Amino acid sequence: MLLTEQQRLKEDIGRLVERYGAERSSLIPVLQDVQAEYGQISEYAMQEVADHLGIHPVEVYSVVTFYAFLGETYQGKFVIRLCRTISCDMAGKEKVARQLENDLGITFGQTTKDGKFSLEWANCIGMCDQGPALLVNDHVFTSVTSEKVHDILQLCRKSFGPLAVHDNRHEEARA
Amino acid sequence: MSANRKGLVTFSTIDPNAALAAAVAKTRAEIIGEVTASKLKGRGGAGFPTGVKWNLAAAAKGDAKYVICNADEGEPGTFKDRVILAEVPDLVFAGMTIGGIAIGAVKGIIYLRGEYTYLREQLESALAKRRAAGLLGPQVMDKAVAFDIEIRMGSGAYVCGEETALIESLEGQRGEPRNRPPFPVDTGFMGQPTIVNNVETFACVAAIFAKGAAWFASIGTEKSTGPKLFSVSGDCARPGVYEFPLGIMVSELLREVGGENAKAVQIGGASGHCVPSSEFTRTLSYEDVSTGGSVMVFGPQRDMLAVAKNFMEFFVEESCGQCTPCREGNAKLLEGIEMLEEGRCSAAYLDELTKLGEVMQLASKCGLGQSSPNAFLSIVSHFQDELMGRTHGLVR
Ligand SMILES: Cc1cc2nc3c(=O)[nH]c(=O)nc-3n(C[C@H](O)[C@H](O)[C@H](O)COP(=O)(O)O)c2cc1C
Ligand code: SF4
Ligand code: FES
Repeated sequence: MLLTEQQRLKEDIGRLVERYGAERSSLIPVLQDVQAEYGQISEYAMQEVADHLGIHPVEVYSVVTFYAFLGETYQGKFVIRLCRTISCDMAGKEKVARQLENDLGITFGQTTKDGKFSLEWANCIGMCDQGPALLVNDHVFTSVTSEKVHDILQLCRKSFGPLAVHDNRHEEARA
Repeated sequence: MSANRKGLVTFSTIDPNAALAAAVAKTRAEIIGEVTASKLKGRGGAGFPTGVKWNLAAAAKGDAKYVICNADEGEPGTFKDRVILAEVPDLVFAGMTIGGIAIGAVKGIIYLRGEYTYLREQLESALAKRRAAGLLGPQVMDKAVAFDIEIRMGSGAYVCGEETALIESLEGQRGEPRNRPPFPVDTGFMGQPTIVNNVETFACVAAIFAKGAAWFASIGTEKSTGPKLFSVSGDCARPGVYEFPLGIMVSELLREVGGENAKAVQIGGASGHCVPSSEFTRTLSYEDVSTGGSVMVFGPQRDMLAVAKNFMEFFVEESCGQCTPCREGNAKLLEGIEMLEEGRCSAAYLDELTKLGEVMQLASKCGLGQSSPNAFLSIVSHFQDELMGRTHGLVR
């Protein structure tokens, strides 16, 4: 990581701990925000959070590895989570899955080389009456067809630049 | 069956402010008495009497007590809590506030699953409106009671819906269930007396104070009172959220949702039971087929082994791994399902798997491992013929 990037991460974590409070119960909210902003919780981030909360980095690591939405490996700007539970399965999630893999050129569990997209399975996301359902970051899409996959990906690609959700957050955090 | 059953039929008619006003006019004992008289049972799946829980927490000694709303809604096939939070969030907030007054808590926390992050902003703004209107804050409705609510997000772990795992998670730990007892009503969040209730349970509380305990108790059956929301998905013409009185027959429900020709329904999600068409006269109630409200319909063409496999994959992934029966058991059952799929499972081995499932039900530490074999066991007992001696793998 570049030094300036590390400096930014350090400052962000300091600000987050200030906002949520330097207590153990703030650990997960802090990690959730780091994950959303940086797409991962690096070893350096874990050390930094641990120092702020006065706990051992192993404690942070053990929490990071427990939760599906937190992780050490980098996730793309757009994390796509397709529901694989039975109602979406019966509604045709397998076709949607193939289309996502084909259009992105990756399989589930992978991130595109340009760092834009990650593809993950999700367990039931509470849209079972409108399957197949998927999440793109915090947005939900329902009744997804293989045709709709293309539109969703286009929407993501278009939202790069000034309109991107992720980049907006980025600006906010710096402001 | 009368009139419209689709959507939040009763809840959409309840005025949350009227409910709260009725409650703040009462003493703590009267509030708990009213909840007890309604015979409300928890809507999150376990069906524990809410009045009893609140009474225990009210009696417990602690410096700071807590009210937690379980909005983790991770049970496969359940989405009614999402609809409640999206459409009538104030009912939930009012119910939590009433709970706070009843047990003497000034702080409430909503544990919202990470998958529902898109609801957060509108919930925060609804909370802000309540603060501005004096419905939350240092003096609720100008009375000498304080209460406020904070939202905390989950991070994609189903087991965190289990109340003690949820509390661990709120405390910044891995979401590993605790031994019970002690129960949260004694030793909950931060070691303090805590009530954990489902989203729909809090909405029911608001309805009870708006319309009266007697009204609530007059709906449903003797032991299962009140209206109940059902999340219906799968092979039916009209999936969605429905409201029925508890005690409704499976066949009646199927008629209403357009799923009459189903060969089976899964009641209660992945951790629930599979009911075959020969048992569609059974009722959805705490005394018969108990459920948090998930109903998944399987049409005549569905492969029940594929269903069992999908559920078991879920549990293998979501087991927290803390105790052996669940960690090893689910993996073994999945392996067995794969043997069935390949047509190389002997009757004797299937027997062994059944026994393993029964051991898991008894020996697992928390509800996840205790209920994870349910779907498999009920599918084996009702569809053995369909499962054994396969030559064709899974049918999709
Ligand atoms: C693995 C597991 C997951 C659970 N998930 C939820 C959930 O998402 N929502 C919920 O309200 N209860 C869930 N429960 C039940 C809770 O432990 C608890 O009983 C419930 O929140 C109590 O509220 P109630 O009495 O109002 O139903 C779960 C239980 C287990 C064992
Ligand atoms: S039963 Fe499963 S989920 Fe529950 S404590 Fe044991 S391993 Fe964890
Ligand atoms: S089964 Fe896919 S959202 Fe519930």
